[in-house]
Amino acid sequence: MADTGSTAIEVDGLEKRYGSREVLRGVTFSVQQGEIFGLLGPNGAGKTTTVEIIEGLRRADRGMARVLGLDPATDRPALTRQLGVQLQASELPARMTVDEALTLHAMFYDNRVDTDALRDELGLTEVRRTRFGKLSGGQRQRLSLALALVGDPRVAVLDELTTGVDPHGRREVWDLVERVRDRGVTILLVTHLIEEAERLCDRVAVLDAGRIVALDTPAALAQAAKGASTTIRFRPSVPVADELLTAVPEVSAVTRTGPTVRVDGTGELVHAVVAVLARHQIVAQDLRIEQATLDDAYLSLTGLRTPETTGTEATDADTTSTAATSTAATSTEMTSTETRSS
Amino acid sequence: MSTLTLGTGRKPSAFGMSRKTLGALVRNEMRLALREPAFILFGVGLPIVLVVILGCVPSFREANPDLDGARTIDVYLPIAIIMTMALLGLNLTSWALANYREKGVLKRLSTTPVNPASLLAAQGAVMATTAVIVAVLLHVVGAVAFGVPSPEQAVGYVLTFLLSVATLISMGLLIAAVAPSGGVANGIGVGLFYPLMFLAGLWAPREVLPNVLVKIGDATPLAAAVGAMQDSMEGSWPSLAHVGVLLAYTVVCGFGAARLFRWS
Repeated sequence: MADTGSTAIEVDGLEKRYGSREVLRGVTFSVQQGEIFGLLGPNGAGKTTTVEIIEGLRRADRGMARVLGLDPATDRPALTRQLGVQLQASELPARMTVDEALTLHAMFYDNRVDTDALRDELGLTEVRRTRFGKLSGGQRQRLSLALALVGDPRVAVLDELTTGVDPHGRREVWDLVERVRDRGVTILLVTHLIEEAERLCDRVAVLDAGRIVALDTPAALAQAAKGASTTIRFRPSVPVADELLTAVPEVSAVTRTGPTVRVDGTGELVHAVVAVLARHQIVAQDLRIEQATLDDAYLSLTGLRTPETTGTEATDADTTSTAATSTAATSTEMTSTETRSS
Repeated sequence: MSTLTLGTGRKPSAFGMSRKTLGALVRNEMRLALREPAFILFGVGLPIVLVVILGCVPSFREANPDLDGARTIDVYLPIAIIMTMALLGLNLTSWALANYREKGVLKRLSTTPVNPASLLAAQGAVMATTAVIVAVLLHVVGAVAFGVPSPEQAVGYVLTFLLSVATLISMGLLIAAVAPSGGVANGIGVGLFYPLMFLAGLWAPREVLPNVLVKIGDATPLAAAVGAMQDSMEGSWPSLAHVGVLLAYTVVCGFGAARLFRWS
């Protein structure tokens, strides 16, 4: 089983059209064993079509797909035993309970995991006797993930993993995905959540209009999009002259909006600016740091379209709360910097 | 790319149709059906209530000259059995399967080692079993409470019964194949149920229907089934015409369903 480093999923030149609409125009990538690989892109970019070809649910018009060396279109019996799939928006019979679903699906596989342990790990123990129709969106999503993992797969394809899961539950699901990967399972993750890709993925392919427009680690994509630039904003405790800041080698521009000063620059910008302010007994109040993120990379690559523009209200709300959480984290971090420098 | 061994220690079982998984699916479908109020109410309750109500009308327990001297209750027992099959096949099977497709249940199943056709087989098995149980119950209630005789041509009766179950399940499968959703499947099922059951004699037995309606009915599945069942009840073999009509519907609908059924 020491196949680390070999290819788990390989697609080459996938093309697919529905009528006159070209959905995939030559999609090529490969996923190494043990990797968490993200497929990110706006609605209609072809993400789900790509993974459905990998799962053997659709055939490509042209191109090649291999999963664990098997052709998904023709080797279905061998493939389905080793591939766990979480479909986007797939339900269970409304009157089936969580335990019944897990037990039934476990029966489909010769190799199966301990369903009780999996259920506990996904936080479904309290609802084990609850019928699918009565589960919340997040609980349904976690059950769907459990069903993808119940056959102890070597490769898991997870489409919209945390849709409808609240921010707290989302972090638990992410932790679980990482633990699953630590067991050696290769994971192909389809997502519209940039934070999710950034947090989980070793590498990310950005898909737009049926083509891969970028493929790299999240950090490298972010760097490529915005260079190594950093932006900081703060309110100085006493007025500060522009010259004081522009004299710092790391600073490239200083702009003001009311009492707020915005400084753009590169390298150890934060440290340099805070140090020079400290020398003049100036406290940087409400200090905020903005670094290039996968967000920036994504937006520049996909032409400023927001991901999943037709997303549901719940998705929008989730994204907002996630953003708020990261801002809060940054502010906390900065408060300590501030204390140290003043 | 290195060669990957195909899961050591995994038994190479037949793709999706092992008896163990099929059994689990059947038990599961049965449990879900029993939780479905419509299933209990219409599939089991309604036919029994119908027979009990008819049997409680004193004149229906007496020979009726309009029915060639047969008793109304004797004529209605096979009608109630065919009605049960129609409700189970046309309405409940088609609704359940179209609903499964609409909700992605069949699509999810096709990503597992189980062939989604197993779920259709399990659903068919549950409906056929239910039809047998309800038919036995109706005969027991009919015989004990109202003295309905058991079928005189028992072999012909059982064969007709099984053929009728096959006909109605394949009709249900065809509806599920062409209906985009559970709601549409239910609409088609109900839309077919009323005219077909009318011709089969649910509102007025075939014996009192105008001749032209009887002739039309002979070409429809439910009326042919009722005719064949009534013939076997009275001791003769079902007519070839009725058996032929049932066979034709089974083959055409089954073939159509196999051609048209979509899993997602």
